[in-house]
Amino acid sequence: MTEYEAVIGLEIHTHLKTKSKMFCACSTEFGRPPNSNICPVCTGQPGALPVLNKEAVNLAIRCGLALNCTINKKSVFARKNYFYPDLPKGYQISQFDLPVASRGFVDIAPADGAEKRIGITRAHLEEDAGKLVHQGAEGIEGATSSYVDLNRSSVPLLEIVSEPDLRSAAEAKAYLEKIKSILQYAGISDANMEEGKLRCDANVSIRPAGAAEFGVKTEIKNMNSFRAVERAIKIEIERQKQALAAGRQIIQETRSYDEAAGQTVSMRSKEESHDYRYFPEPDLLPLLISEDWLKQAQKELPELAEQRIKRYQEEYGISAYDARVLTLDKATADFFDTAARLYAGDKKNIVNWLTTDVLGYLKNEDLELSQTKLRPANLVEMLGLIDNKTISGKIAKELIGQMLKTGESAKKLVEQSGLRQITDEAELQKIIQEILNANPRQLEQYRAGKTALKGYFVGETMKRTKGRASPPAVNQILDKLLSG
Amino acid sequence: MSISSEDARHVAGLARLELTDKELRAYTEQLNQILNYARELEKLHTDNIEPTYSSLNTGTLLREDKVCNFTDQAGLLENGPEVAGSSFVVPRIL
Repeated sequence: MTEYEAVIGLEIHTHLKTKSKMFCACSTEFGRPPNSNICPVCTGQPGALPVLNKEAVNLAIRCGLALNCTINKKSVFARKNYFYPDLPKGYQISQFDLPVASRGFVDIAPADGAEKRIGITRAHLEEDAGKLVHQGAEGIEGATSSYVDLNRSSVPLLEIVSEPDLRSAAEAKAYLEKIKSILQYAGISDANMEEGKLRCDANVSIRPAGAAEFGVKTEIKNMNSFRAVERAIKIEIERQKQALAAGRQIIQETRSYDEAAGQTVSMRSKEESHDYRYFPEPDLLPLLISEDWLKQAQKELPELAEQRIKRYQEEYGISAYDARVLTLDKATADFFDTAARLYAGDKKNIVNWLTTDVLGYLKNEDLELSQTKLRPANLVEMLGLIDNKTISGKIAKELIGQMLKTGESAKKLVEQSGLRQITDEAELQKIIQEILNANPRQLEQYRAGKTALKGYFVGETMKRTKGRASPPAVNQILDKLLSG
Repeated sequence: MSISSEDARHVAGLARLELTDKELRAYTEQLNQILNYARELEKLHTDNIEPTYSSLNTGTLLREDKVCNFTDQAGLLENGPEVAGSSFVVPRIL
């Protein structure tokens, strides 16, 4: 049987983090009532003219630099012509033969293999389309009419096109995660797939392993999460293998991923395939980017995940593994940075609490750190209470859960609930003596050589004090009293 | 290469234009004339000349990223053939 290898390229669309739209001054705010952020330009009224948003260009340059691209000093906008109800002008202003950035790369570390360099073909600026809400049915199939909301129309997008360098679904996912990380760290985009601020289409083909020529590709759309991208590609590769094995041919087409059914489905397209008749946008002159602008953008390029991983290791002696965990999500890394500035003790303490208790909680509750009420100052305050022995680590583990939920200060929680650690030796000694008196049999066995029973007495002490006894103090006192 | 009436019909379809047979003949002819003129232009030597996208060399103007919301959304909605709430309504797509 023929061994096949997959050839995958991704087209990623990302919203750029601007306040106003690409070609008009309407707000880009998400979640407003339908058609509240619209004007004559973004609704395609006759005679309305586009004026390019400088910040959108700035973010595109920044992204190009972060992706190791050449920034083209001169780029040209083009009209991509097609009819669809979410596109009021009948064309999308995009870039075609002269994009703002070209020929770059990123290095990825996929779960199933070694580090690998993935080429970036280009990154170009374009405007988003509006949103359709289909009526009378779940989706477009069977809908009786559709509502058009143009709030999203003309929101700035950057389309990042990869080379067909990806060879597995896992590589595609690793690449997508890498791009997302760059977009978030560099402040280019929120890159949030749930809000549609990051969208991804995949070109997928297979060929006999080692062959030089590409097979016929299909384009997969409608993948709404990172997991969906990985699964859809896996499913499509399998479908193509089975088709070829059964002697069928792959048809070049667009297919939609149906998550519930776990399959890709051919999309009926009324539009003649890809006959977009691009031509230079006559309403906009070429975009010129000066050497000074480029230098400025280079200077303003924020610290990316890779650089933070290095800094955490060098400055704080954090392990490579922990540094990677901390930087997976920018919000966590930012949280750590703030906490590290506030905390005088060993920064590894912060890492331990973040990577175990806090990330564990987030995973269980399926939350993002920003959705909790925990703030860096609160965590640092709690660490201070452990350091000055006001509370034990065990108590702190209970506290952190409450802090995540309520945002309450650790100090206040300790005072309210009487969780303060008992370190007073006389008080502890009294409690422990009572426990020994109440358990004469165990005491006798201990003194007869069954020293493992010390754990029993520790447990009883903790039970009696509701975990507030300082463990080192308990140990010390027990040793003294048990040796009798 | 010349443009057939089928090509012209295809292009008209993409632009959502309905043409009578008479119009189709006329436009096919005109499109061929345009193409022939382009063939004339191709005879010019342009090897070392940068493509001209505009006769101005200033580059496009840029605006600062400031929000200034338009106030007459209702007026824009009035331009829609059908409106429900604050949404434009379009007929069945598929």
